[in-house]
Amino acid sequence: MTTPSLLLDNVSRVHGTGDTAVHALDGVSLEILPGELVAVMGPSGSGKSTLLNLAGGLDHATSGRVVIEGEDLTTLGAKGIAQLRRRRVGFVFQDYNLIPSLTAAENVALPLELDGERASQARRHARQSLELMGLRELSDRFPDQLSGGQQQRVAIARALVGSRRLVLADEPTGALDSHTGEDVLRVLRERCDEGVAGLLVTHEARHAAWADRVVFLRDGVVVDSTGRASAAEDLLDSASSAR
Amino acid sequence: MSVKQGLLALLAEGPMYGAQLRVEFEERTGGTWPLNVGQVYTTLNRLERDGLVEPTGEADGEGRISYRLTEAGASEVTTWWQTPVDRDNTPRDELTIKLALAVTVPGVDVQSVAQTQRTSTIRHLHDLTRLKQQVMRKQRDAEGHEPQEGVANHDLAWLLVLENLIFSAEAEVRWLDHVETRLHRESLRPFHRSGSTPATSRPEDADERAAARAEARR
Repeated sequence: MTTPSLLLDNVSRVHGTGDTAVHALDGVSLEILPGELVAVMGPSGSGKSTLLNLAGGLDHATSGRVVIEGEDLTTLGAKGIAQLRRRRVGFVFQDYNLIPSLTAAENVALPLELDGERASQARRHARQSLELMGLRELSDRFPDQLSGGQQQRVAIARALVGSRRLVLADEPTGALDSHTGEDVLRVLRERCDEGVAGLLVTHEARHAAWADRVVFLRDGVVVDSTGRASAAEDLLDSASSAR
Repeated sequence: MSVKQGLLALLAEGPMYGAQLRVEFEERTGGTWPLNVGQVYTTLNRLERDGLVEPTGEADGEGRISYRLTEAGASEVTTWWQTPVDRDNTPRDELTIKLALAVTVPGVDVQSVAQTQRTSTIRHLHDLTRLKQQVMRKQRDAEGHEPQEGVANHDLAWLLVLENLIFSAEAEVRWLDHVETRLHRESLRPFHRSGSTPATSRPEDADERAAARAEARR
């Protein structure tokens, strides 16, 4: 059986106690396998960001388990979680979060260097990761010499540098125009088709549609999901044979 | 959209016979609106009767007759390109009607109706997106190769149709989101009217609203 890249098992996050307790997330279960891109949709305050923060070990669950590639975050200490984050999980944010004084390649190499990898080796991995994103020529540019779409692709390259195979993306297309946003989704989709696992928070249906599954959150609870779709593949087959 | 205009537009490219017209129409629209040959021939007969097309000659060995545009037909095509599509005639939309009734008929869980629809529409959107991805990949693969006659444009046409369907589905999801927010806000109002209006609503109200809509279109 394939080990899920990410497993949330009956996860809750409660802020405060007693009458004033707020259930940001209430008994959410979710499994993402390698090669899957899952989108989370829901109105503001539905718990989307909490879910992403818990999945990435940036916040801890009040109850339930968060398991990344077989490793249970709830049993790890702060140090262990930090290490897991550096080695296994990549984040992509709406505002790219690239360091302005570093080149694209240096930005991508940074998480590896922080993890103690030799600079030359980190740089080599960074270039490989950038190449996969079609950004080889732009390796030595600084963020302000790149367009928004290019910066976001650098951010995805950074999220997936080295051995990282899980990317958590929070509204990655929020700051981009429609076409550029779609390009970013397309490259993320391609990486997932190659075996990376992705969790994508978005409020745009058109972007969520690039995912294999869409999970709907409301008031911290999963209210619906599109399920693992095989229908699309059938549709593709019939469409290609019809043409 | 009438089949008539579609066929005339295709014939502007050159003479074609019925089956050919059907294939061309479907190829360019990705088979989204299938035509049957009978429909095509009935339309061609009507166009011939109205003097917009004419046969190019006798039937060929296989009994097929090619048609071409007459001068009147060519000018009809030009007029079609130049005239906006009529949106005044609001089509009856089942989903809009369903939700309008859901908020007025007691005992219906509107949120659940909206969510069920949203899930289904997103699934549809996902399928469309996968198809689009496939067309785009095909286009990328074809880059740098000698283009086959007309094929590239057919992919582009299909891509546009797909994107139209994607935008429509997206608009539907956005509208459903809006419906939920609207319902939520209504429920927070101190003396919200839901449940009381429909019973007391007078028939004149509907007439007034129809008049207002007609006014807005002008």
